[in-house]
This record gives sequence, C-alpha cells and structure tokens, in this order.
Amino acid sequence: MNSTPWLSLTIWIPILFGLAVLMFSDRHAALVRKLSLVGALFGLAVSIPLYVGFNTQTSAMQFVEFSRWIPRFNINYNLGVDGISLLFILLNSFITVLVVLAGWESIQKRVAQYMAAFLIMSGLLNGVFAALDAMLFYVFFEATLIPMYLVIGVWGGPNRVYAAVKFFLYTLLGSLLMLVAFLYLFDQSGGSFSILDWHKLPIAMTPQILLFFAFFLAFAVKVPMWPVHTWLPDAHVEAPTGGSAVLAAILLKLGAYGFIRFSLPVLPDASHALSGFMIALSLIAVVYIGLVAIAQTDMKKLIAYSSIAHMGFVTLGFFIFNAYGMEGALVQMVSHGFVSAAMFLCVGVMYDRMHSRNIADYGGVVNTMPKFAALMMLFAMANCGLPATSGFVGEFMVILGAVKYNFWIGFLAATTLIFGAAYTLWMYKRVIFGAVANDHVAKLKDIGAREFLVLALLALAVLGMGLYPQPFTEVMHASVNDLLQHLTVSKL
Amino acid sequence: MTSMQQLYLLVPLAPLAGALIAGLAGRAIGRSGAHWVTIIGVAIAFFASVVIFIDVMNGNVFNGSVYTWLTSGETRFEIGFLIDRLTVLMMVVVTFVSLMVHIYTIGYMADDPGYQRFFSYIALFTFSMLMLVMSNNFVQLFFGWEAVGLVSYLLIGFWYTRPTAIYANLKAFLVNRVGDFGFLLGIGLILANFGTLDYASVFAQAPGMAKTSIELFPGAPWMLLSVICICLFIGAMGKSAQFPLHVWLPDSMEGPTPISALIHAATMVTAGIFMVSRMSPLFELSDAALSFVLVIGGITAFFMSLIAVVQYDIKRVIAYSTLSQLGYMTVALGASAYSVGMFHLATHAFFKAVLFLGAGSVIIAMHHEQDMRKMGGLRKYMPITYLTMLIGALANAGLPPFAGFFSKDSILEAVHLSHTPGAGFAYLMVLLGVFVGGLYSFRLIFYTFHGEERFRAQAAGHGHDAGHAAGKDEHGHGDHGHEPHETPAVVTWPLILLAIPSIAAGWTIGTVLYGGYFGSAIYISPEHEGLAEMAHEYHGVITMMLHGLTSLPFWFALSGAVTAWYLYIVKPELPGVLRQKLSFLVNILMEKYGFDRFNDWFFAGGARAIGGGLWKFGDVTIIDGFMVNGAARVVGWISSLVRLFQSGYIYHYAFTMIIGVFVLLTLWFGQA
Repeated sequence: MNSTPWLSLTIWIPILFGLAVLMFSDRHAALVRKLSLVGALFGLAVSIPLYVGFNTQTSAMQFVEFSRWIPRFNINYNLGVDGISLLFILLNSFITVLVVLAGWESIQKRVAQYMAAFLIMSGLLNGVFAALDAMLFYVFFEATLIPMYLVIGVWGGPNRVYAAVKFFLYTLLGSLLMLVAFLYLFDQSGGSFSILDWHKLPIAMTPQILLFFAFFLAFAVKVPMWPVHTWLPDAHVEAPTGGSAVLAAILLKLGAYGFIRFSLPVLPDASHALSGFMIALSLIAVVYIGLVAIAQTDMKKLIAYSSIAHMGFVTLGFFIFNAYGMEGALVQMVSHGFVSAAMFLCVGVMYDRMHSRNIADYGGVVNTMPKFAALMMLFAMANCGLPATSGFVGEFMVILGAVKYNFWIGFLAATTLIFGAAYTLWMYKRVIFGAVANDHVAKLKDIGAREFLVLALLALAVLGMGLYPQPFTEVMHASVNDLLQHLTVSKL
Repeated sequence: MTSMQQLYLLVPLAPLAGALIAGLAGRAIGRSGAHWVTIIGVAIAFFASVVIFIDVMNGNVFNGSVYTWLTSGETRFEIGFLIDRLTVLMMVVVTFVSLMVHIYTIGYMADDPGYQRFFSYIALFTFSMLMLVMSNNFVQLFFGWEAVGLVSYLLIGFWYTRPTAIYANLKAFLVNRVGDFGFLLGIGLILANFGTLDYASVFAQAPGMAKTSIELFPGAPWMLLSVICICLFIGAMGKSAQFPLHVWLPDSMEGPTPISALIHAATMVTAGIFMVSRMSPLFELSDAALSFVLVIGGITAFFMSLIAVVQYDIKRVIAYSTLSQLGYMTVALGASAYSVGMFHLATHAFFKAVLFLGAGSVIIAMHHEQDMRKMGGLRKYMPITYLTMLIGALANAGLPPFAGFFSKDSILEAVHLSHTPGAGFAYLMVLLGVFVGGLYSFRLIFYTFHGEERFRAQAAGHGHDAGHAAGKDEHGHGDHGHEPHETPAVVTWPLILLAIPSIAAGWTIGTVLYGGYFGSAIYISPEHEGLAEMAHEYHGVITMMLHGLTSLPFWFALSGAVTAWYLYIVKPELPGVLRQKLSFLVNILMEKYGFDRFNDWFFAGGARAIGGGLWKFGDVTIIDGFMVNGAARVVGWISSLVRLFQSGYIYHYAFTMIIGVFVLLTLWFGQA
C-alpha cells in the first residue's frame, strides 16, 4: 500500500487550482489559462500512479484513505478505488486537460470563472468515483451539479437559463430519494455509511425493491435512461463546447457508476427481479432514441441523442449479468467518454467559426477543412462502432453478452449497427461532404495547432483502445468477477 | 518468432506502412513518393505471399496468435493468423490484383488532386483485406470485414463533391451494415454456444452441435447451426452483394475505376464467398442454410445479369455482371462445391479486373465519358485495351479456353449434381444466366469497340455527364474532337499482366479442384460429395474443353454472344426497336426491379418518419410537454394557490393564527 494519498491529490489539486485561478480577473486571462492548464496537467499526473501502482489481481479497494469526518453520524472521509472506478478517474483527469485546451480561445469572458468551474468539477467528479462513504459520495455527487449549472447558465447559448434550470431540477429531484435510501440503509446497517458494509447487508425483498427505485430515479436521470432523458438534449444544445464534452464524457457516467456501485451490489435480488424492466428501458434507448437521432436537424442534439443510445448499451450490459455485458458496459463508458467528447469538440470547432449548430447551414466543409474532416471521420466511425476504434469494443461485447442472455435482446441491441451508422454518417455526409454549400463554409479556416492537438489526443485514445483494449479491461477483471459472483448470492 | 512467422506479419504490415506514410505525410513525400511507398509496400506483400504460398504448398500450415486483443470473463479474444491453402490463395490473388491496380492508378489518377489520398486508401484496403483473409478467429474476421467496408465507403465517396458519390457511399455503408447486423448476431450465437471465437475450436466442436436446436420462437425449435449459418450468410449477402442486399454495388461505380476493379469486383466483394468457404465445417452441417444459399445465389446470378443487358454506362454493365458472377460463386457454395466457388472467385478476380481496368482505359481515352452510346469503333484506336477486354469478355462469358469457362462450367456441373433442396432452381437460374452472360459481355464489346464511331458526334452535348465532370475536370471536355488514343504503359501493362491469368488461370483446374488443393482447409460432408463424381469424370484440360463443346452451357454462352453480334453488328437498329416493343420489361430492368425506389421510400423514408414522429410526439409532446413541463405547471398552479394566503395584510395572518391555535388546542385537550 502506498502511503502517498494519491486519491486525495486527484480530488484536491484540481479544486485548489480552481480556487486559485478565481482570484484573477479577465485582465490576466492569459495567465489564468496557463495556470488552469498546469492544474489540469498536475491533476492528470497524480492520477497516473493509480494505474501504475494498481494491483490487478485483487478486487479489494486500493489506495484506501480513511479519516473521521463527522463522527457523530459515523460519516467518514473514506476513499478507495477498485478496477471499476479507477478508469473513470483517469478518464476524467484526461478529459479535463482537453477541456481546458478546448476553451483556450473560444472563451473570452470570465475566463477565470470558466476554468475554475471545470477544475473544481474535475476534482468533485474524482471524489464521486473515489468515495467509499455514502454521505461523502452524496456530497460530491450533488456538488458536481453546481459548476455544471453555472457553466450552462453563464456561458451557454440563448436558451441557457431554461436548460440550466431543467438540468438542475431534473437531476436534483432525482437524487433526493437517493438520500432517503441512504438514511434507510444507515439505519438498517446499525449506523454505517460505508458502501462496502452495505454490500454485505441482508435486506428483505420489499425494501430492496423500494430502495431500487429510489436509486433508479437518481441514477436513471443521470445516465440518462428513457423516459427521463429529455433534459440532456436541451442541456447539450445550450452548454458551451467544454460543458457538453464533460457532461457527455463524465457526468453521464455518474449514473451508470451509481448502478454498479449501489444498485447491483447492495440490492442484488431486486436487480435480478427488475432486470427485465431495466433491459426494456435500455433497449428503448437503443432503438427509439436511435430513430429519434436520425430525425435531428441540430448537430448537438443529434450527438446528445446518440449519447443516450450509447448509454443504453451501458445499462443493458449491467443487467444481463454476464462478464461480456458487464465489462463491455464499462469499456463502453470509457469509450463513450472519448468519442462523445470528441464529437462535441468537433461541433465546437465548427460552431466557433460558423456560430451555427444547424446541419442545414453546412455542407462541403471538407473542401475548406480537410484535416478537421479526416479527424471527424475517425470519430464518426468510432461513433458507429467501427472495429479498431474504441466504440466497437464495448458495443461488440455487450451485443455478444446480450445474444448469450437472450437472442432477441441481442437482436434489438444490434440494430445500433444500422441506426448508429445512419444518423452519424448521414450527418457527416450533410455537413462535411459535398460541394461548398455557401460563402460561410468557403471562408472556413482549417483547425489550428491547438485544436489539432486536442483532437489528435482523442484520436490516439480512440484508436489505441480499439486496437488494444486489453490494458483497459485487465484492470477491471477482478472487480467485475467479484461483482458477478456477489450478484449470484441472494441477500434475502 | 520464426522467419516464416515474421513473413506472415510482413504481408499485412507492409501495405499498412505504405498507407500510413502516404496518408499522413502525403504532402511531404509528394505524388511520386506516395505511389512509390504504397507500391513497394504492396509489392513486398505480394512477393511475401508467393513465398508463403510455396511454403504452404510444401505442407506447412500455421495457426497461431499475434497478441491478445481482449480478455473478458474466461474468453480470450486474440488477433492471430491461420495460414492454410485457402488463405494463401486469397493472399496471392489479393496482393497481385492490388499491385496491378496500384500501378494502373498512376495513369488513371494522374491528374487528380487527391492522388496521395487515393494511394493511401487502396493500400489501407489491401491491409484490411489481408487481415480479413489471414484471420484465425471471428473477431479479426469482423475487424477486417468492417475495415474493408470503411475503405470502400471512403473510396466510393472519393470525389466527395459529387452528390451521387456521397449518396452512393452512404448507401453502400448502410446496406452493408444490414448484412453486418446478421453477421454479428451469428458471431454472438457462436460465442454463446461454443464459448470461443477461434476457428479451430469452433470447427472442432461443430459436429457435436449438429443436433442442437434453439427455440427463437417458443414452440418452434430450429437447428442451432442453421440459424448461425444463415446469420453469417446474411453478412456475406451484404458484402458480396447478394439479392436483396445487392443494391449498393451498382451505385458504388461512383468511385474511381481502379477501385471498382480492386474492391467492387476482384477482392472485397468476394469476402463473403471466402467467408462461407472458410466456414464450410459449419455450413456442411446445415442443409437448410445451404438451400438458402443456393436460392439467394441463383436469384442473384440470373436476375442481375438481365439488368446488365439494358445498361448504357460501361461500368454499370460490368457492375451488374459482377453481381451475377457473385451469384454464381454463391450457388457453388450452396452446392457444397466450395473449392469451385473459390476457383471461380480467383478466375473472376483476374478477368473482372481486366474488364474494369479496360473500361477505365476506355474512359480515360474518352475523356471521362462512360456512356457506351457515345463510343463505338474504338478497337483500331486502342488495340491493347480492345484485346485485353476481349479476353476478359470471353472469360466472363465462359467460353473455352478462357479461365471463366473452367470455373463456370464446374459450377454448373456441381449444381447439377447437388441434391441439396433448391439445387434444381439454382441450376435453372445459372444455366439461363450463361446465355445472358454471353449476351451482355459481347454487347459491351461490340457497342464499345466495334461498329460506328459515335464519339465524334457527341463533342458538344454533355447532359448526362454533368455529375462526372464535377470532381475531375482537368481533362476538360472541350477536346472531344481529338482522336481517341491508346492509354499509357502504366495502364496497359497491368491490363496485359491481368489478361494472362484471365486465360491461363483456368488450366490449373486439375490441381485446384481435383488435385485436393484445398486439402483440409475446406470440409465437405460425405453426403454432399458431388465434387468427387466430377473428379471421376475429369480427364485433363483438353478433354474438358472438348467435352464442353458438346454441353448445354457452352451453346448457351455462344448463342448469347451470337445474339449480341446479330443485334449490335448485323442489325444495329434492332435494339432500339426491341426496346420499344418490350418497353414494359425494359422499364422493369431500368428500374432495377424497383428496389432502390422501395428502399428509399420504405426504409430510409420510414426511419426518418418514425424518428421524427417519436421525437415530436414522444419526446416533445408527451415527455417534455406533458410530464416535465406539466409537472412544472402543476407546481406553479399549487404555488399560485398557496400564494393567495400570503396576502400581506396583518389581520389575515392574525386571524389565521388564532384559528390555528384554536384547532391545535382542541386537538390537544379535546382528547380527554
């Protein structure tokens, strides 16, 4: 066990940097940007020892930190990672660097506040993934809403206030019942908020079902699952590029992470009993949302809907209870982090130049932005799950797992091959291919070095994970096996 | 790693390196740098393939993994190679045709601004195709399968400013995805039931699974292997353009001609044929699947050949001919004559590449004109192109001694001998198709190279070609008055080098089909052994040709050719009259049986309409309008009621307080 509190560092370094840049005004914007980048890079640097020092042989929590926080209610500052949460801390720290870079030029007003919001959010998100105490989890979980609310509400588009409030209320109301569930579990476990204690806690069927729905509301809104998904397209459309990237790449993962950290291990019997319900909602996300995405005319809305469809694979993978599905779902979460962030950043690149998200305003972008078109082609292909990109791995495994579970579930899930390609490539065709559509497109300048760097880093991640996913999955084996084992034992 | 194993790795990696250099550093290395680096890469792959071919012929077979791609649960997904006789045949064919096409491209794309990009793509294609054929497992097969689809997508849309090209490439990708959908489900069923995706382990377990059934619909048990094989074959139907997933291939002609030859005729579209041959240990256990294959192949072979007869675009004629020939290969697979299907695949790769590249040569000479009505009499201006294309056409029609005769005749024979249900229908289809094949092949030759020189009259009018001109206008269309001339050596040499195997490849029939060439790479169950009977009757190349002269297919092919001669040389006015007389039939064929229209309306339009409906009604009206904003409105309504109590008058509050106190006191003390 390492004595350096790496997890605390991944949480608090970005937050401290975020607080630090808040002290500067827009007159020091250049300094703020550099300082923010240093903070983000520092945050990434301290998360790397987690991967390097990670023991893949055990499912036990590692890098554990423990200190008393509110002894009266037995609430503790208890951190630790297993093979499931580790990847998300790495993903989050990586995406934060890109988001800071992506906002370099496009954000000119209140730069410090913007950068601070993202740095603080990054620390809080790491906190969610590292928390082993339910109240600590809850605090981080809810606290992430505030910076995102501000990001959308301050730097967002014309309808930003509606979107921000919708986002805030939707997700806040969803998670209130989770707090009730926590209090109930605290009571049942004889006064413990330790998540790991709850994993072992026997619970009768009726409370399990009730608790499941309490958790379901909180997490399903975040994922988001059909039918509580309508906040997402609005939030994405109004959010600035960086906000969309973090929202899609990391914030959505909180819901899925909640399912795998709470619903499944704490309530295995309810999870089994309600798996049909969960699978049905997931498949609706894949098929229904896939079709809805085809009909979109706004690029960001289209990608937002595609996000929902892809997250449907995650929840599907969780509730078919086999290793392919579970690991596929986790891989899909990481991959979706790369791909959706990249897609939103691509739209951001075009939006910065054209100030339009409307597909109809584009056409023939490849003529003026060939480098950009090539990179976006890669991400579009990853979005349709083409092999050799990260998008393939998760979808492939979940579909394999689903066919194993039930042929028809696999059948419906596999329709994403067609729908995913249809909405992504049809959009790509209308935006990128063709003759130059209008004067605005004719005047476009290809991506600069900074934009290229951001997209190229994501391209490397997408290709690397597609060609050699083994390093990503081997860290999760022990934890996934343990969880699957755990799920076979009734708690009644 | 032994030196042979290093060579195996070299085969796909050399073209990949070429593709990466030409693609990423295209500007730095320039045009000639791009073609050199990719040609060297593919040449290395070709020569290495030949060395491996010889090594495999000496009895060495390799099956091993390169690296573990992924581990999930107890299953390891590997990237690895299976090098056996089936593989090396494909490796040699793919790298040879690819090399020829690379050289040819120097001439064909000489004026194109996307020169480096084009070389990068075709080298990347070669890599992907090699990964596909060299795979020893289903994951890598699927990887290569999708990767060739990607490159095909990129190349069909190579001239991305043309609306028709970017329509065609999206269509190709989506139709292929429908096939992949089935393919992936097949792979899923294999993993679920066999617990592995490694070919060798799957094939070893297959006989034990022959009696296993699966209930997809309650109360209707189906044979597991039939379901698996049909799912896999749906993938092949997409990639190898079999009815009804054939619709993308004719449109793929929007791409530059070299890739029509390489990808949409010689190699990629045959991936499905290769895959089914590779899966022979599975398909052999399911008569239902074989019947399905026979019927689909038969329909494709005949009905697609008919469309070729009415087309005017020289490339589209060859495209429909390709569809038909792919149908022949498919029929061979259905008749359990996998080796015959593979044999036709190989001969077809050569003669169809000749036809396409020859057509490309004509198109260059005609300054990017593809309409045969504006050609005619070209043989004296382009003798090499003429001769090589004539060889291609003779082979395509299946006339001896050209390569197509041997492979096509063997297919007919094999189907004739097959007892699999559907074989009778398939035989009828392919037999009729032979006549049509002779007809359209020679229609093309006569129309293009013989008869009246129609190109002079067309110097001004250019309505049809507007789309083609958009992408590459360097030639300019004003110089139509010039005499057509033979194309440069980089174009004609590949034609000549491909024409040679278009004749001679057929003469290897004794070894390939009857000499046990494929050995254990292909499995045929004892009750499907039609091929053994054919081997019994085979007495050498000459005898086969002589025997061929007395058999039905030969006369069918010949009468097709003679019909073409009569219609387009003797009485050139007759086709126009026939078109009018038979306008109903011709319209059906010109409409391609209405598939495109139906798909556009039903599938594309339907998906858009349903998507739009779900969005407007489900998301916007019900969920957002009624539930989300409805909830907000209810809250607003309640709070507006509650707001009434906050009147701001002190006596209201005082009064309410007194009532409250009164009620509380009553409850508290009234219980007694």
